[in-house]
Amino acid sequence: MNLAIRDIRHKLGRFALTAVGLGLLLLIVMGMGGILKGIEDDATLLIDALDADLWVVQRDTRGPFAELSRVSATLEDRVRSVPGVAGSRRFVTHTVQRVHNEQPLRAMLVGLAWPDDRGDWLPIVEGRSLSQAHYELVADRSLNLGVGETLRLGKDEYTVVGIVNELVGSGGDGLAFVTIADAQAIQLDAVGEATRLERSSRRQRGARQDLGQTQPGLLERAEGPASLNPALGPPPVSAVLVNLSPGVDPEFVRSSLMGWPDISVYTGAEQRNLLLKGPVDRARRQIGLFRGLLVVISAILMALILYTLTLEKIHDIALLKLMGAKNSMILGLVLQESFFLGAIAYGIAYFLGDLVFPFFPRRVIVTNDMLIWLALAVVALCIAGSSLGIWKAINVEPNEVLA
Amino acid sequence: MNEHANTPAIEMRGVTKVYGSGNTRVTAIKDIDLTIGKGEVVALLGPSGSGKSTLLSSIGLINPPTAGRIMINGTPVMDGPNELVNIRRYRREHIGFIFQKSNLIPFLTAIENVLVALAIAGTTGRSAKKRATQLLESLGINDRANNLPSALSGGQQQRVAIARALANNPSLLLADEPTAALDGKLGRQVMELFRDVGHNSGAGVLVVTHDQRALDVFDRTIHLEDGVLTNQHEASAAH
Repeated sequence: MNLAIRDIRHKLGRFALTAVGLGLLLLIVMGMGGILKGIEDDATLLIDALDADLWVVQRDTRGPFAELSRVSATLEDRVRSVPGVAGSRRFVTHTVQRVHNEQPLRAMLVGLAWPDDRGDWLPIVEGRSLSQAHYELVADRSLNLGVGETLRLGKDEYTVVGIVNELVGSGGDGLAFVTIADAQAIQLDAVGEATRLERSSRRQRGARQDLGQTQPGLLERAEGPASLNPALGPPPVSAVLVNLSPGVDPEFVRSSLMGWPDISVYTGAEQRNLLLKGPVDRARRQIGLFRGLLVVISAILMALILYTLTLEKIHDIALLKLMGAKNSMILGLVLQESFFLGAIAYGIAYFLGDLVFPFFPRRVIVTNDMLIWLALAVVALCIAGSSLGIWKAINVEPNEVLA
Repeated sequence: MNEHANTPAIEMRGVTKVYGSGNTRVTAIKDIDLTIGKGEVVALLGPSGSGKSTLLSSIGLINPPTAGRIMINGTPVMDGPNELVNIRRYRREHIGFIFQKSNLIPFLTAIENVLVALAIAGTTGRSAKKRATQLLESLGINDRANNLPSALSGGQQQRVAIARALANNPSLLLADEPTAALDGKLGRQVMELFRDVGHNSGAGVLVVTHDQRALDVFDRTIHLEDGVLTNQHEASAAH
C-alpha cells in the first residue's frame, strides 16, 4: 500500500493546483535557460554559418559584431594573394528598420559577395538563392515575408526569392541576404537633394585645389556619381572573410597578414568568442543571474510547500509511529510525495514549454542537456525541500497522538 | 499448553513518573503496582489530572517511567527510563491503541486503516486483506470497508479503530476514553465490544473512562487519585 499515492488521491485538487503552480515556476526556470541558450546560439549563428577560417577587420577593432569596422573593398584581392589562402569574400552587415505592410520590419542585412557567393550555402527552406546581381533578397522566416513579396529598401524594390529558417542576428533580428552592392546601396542611400549637395560641394572643393584647376576633366567627374570617380574609390566593407587551403596552419597565414598595418586578424573561434564576451555577455549575465535567483526562489517555495504538506500529516505520522512504523516508512511517505510533486511539476513545465516557447519573439532553445540538468535540479530540490519536513516527521513524538 | 498462558499481559512494579525538576517537579504517578491478566478487561477511573493518561502512555511504552519496572507478556521491557527491548518493535507487535477520537488516517479507507497496521508489522498481500476483512466483519462494519473515515459515523469510526488495534493480535489493548465522543447507547456497545474482544482474543484490555454507566462490563475497575492507585474492585464489587 503506497501511503503517498493515497494521500495525494485524498487531496487531489489541492495537490494538482500546487503541482501546476510549481510547474509554472519550473517553466520559467526552463524558459530563462532556453532564452539564454537562444541568445548565445543566435549570436553565433551567422559566424558559424559563414564558416570563415579567418576574419580580417579594421586595425585595432574587434570586428563588425563588436564595433564599427571598415576595411577597403580591395582588401579582398590583397588577401587572396597571400600563400595558404584558398578564397576570400567581402562581408557587409548592417541593421535596417522599415515599415512594411504597416508593420515595423527590423532586419539584419548581410551582403553576399556576388557573383562568387550567391547564397547557395544558405539553408533555404522555400524558394531559391540569389540569381541576379541586384534587387533580390533571401529572408529569414521570422521577418514574415513570403516568396515573391516585394520590399522597398532605399530607392529600390527588392523581391524576396528565398526563405531561410532560424537565421537571426545577435539582437534577435531576422537576417536578410542581398548582394554586397545592394547592401551598400541600402546602407549609403541618401535622398536626391543630399546627393546633389554632396556633388556640388565636391566640385567646389575640387575647384579650389590645383588638381581641379589643372585637370578640368576631374572637376566634371566630381559632379557625377561617386562610382565614376576613381579618386573616391568603392565604399568600404565591414570585414573580409578568409578560407584557407586544406592543411594550412591558420597561425601561419595570420602572421603573414598581421604584417599589414591597416588590419587585425581573428580566427573564427576568436571572432565567436569576442561576440559572446562582448555584446552578448551583459544580456547573458543578466539572464543568468535572474535564472539563479529563480532557482533559489523555486527552492524556497518548494521547501515551504513540502514542509507544509508534511506538517498537515504530522498527526498521522505520529500515529504511524505510535503503531510502530519504521522511520523508512515515514521517510518514504514524505519523500515519495515530494518526488511525485516534483515529477508532475516537471512534466507540466516540459509540455507547457513545448507548447508556448515557439511563440516567443526570440528563440527559446531547450536542449536535452538542459532538460537533464533541470530534472536533476528538481530531484535535488525535492530532497532538500523535504529534509525539513523529514526532520520534523522523524522527531515527532508518538504521544502527540494522545495530546 | 503455552508456557505463557498464565503470564500476565502487563505487570508494573513501583512505576513512578516525574515531570520537570526543582520547583517545577511534578510526580504524575507514584509507585504503581499493577497486573492485568490475559483476557482481563479492566477500567481505569480517576478525576482529571490524576495521572491516568501518564499511566496509559507508560504502559504503552510511549512515555518512559522515571523509575519502576514494566513487563509485557512476562518480558521485562522497561527498567526505569531504560529500554530493555526494541520499544518500537515491541509496541508494534504487542500493544494496540484506541483513543477518544478514532484517529483514523483520513486518506485511507476503513480497510486500508487496518491494512496499514498489518503492513507496519510486516503482514501484506492476501493474508493481510483476509485478516482485515475478518476483523471488520467481526465488528460488523465490513460493508463500509471501502469508505473513507469522513463517510463513517462516530461509532463506525471507533469500530474501525478497534479493528486496527486488534490487527496484529496484541497482548495488550489500551483505550483512552474511547466512548467520550459517543452517545450513551453507542458508548455501552463499544465497551461491550472491548469485553468481548478481551475475552475472545485473550488480550489484556485497559480502558481509561469517565463513563460510570458501563462499568458493569469490566472484569475489574481500578482508581487513580493524585498519581496513586487507591483501590481496585472486582466486577461484582464495583457495581
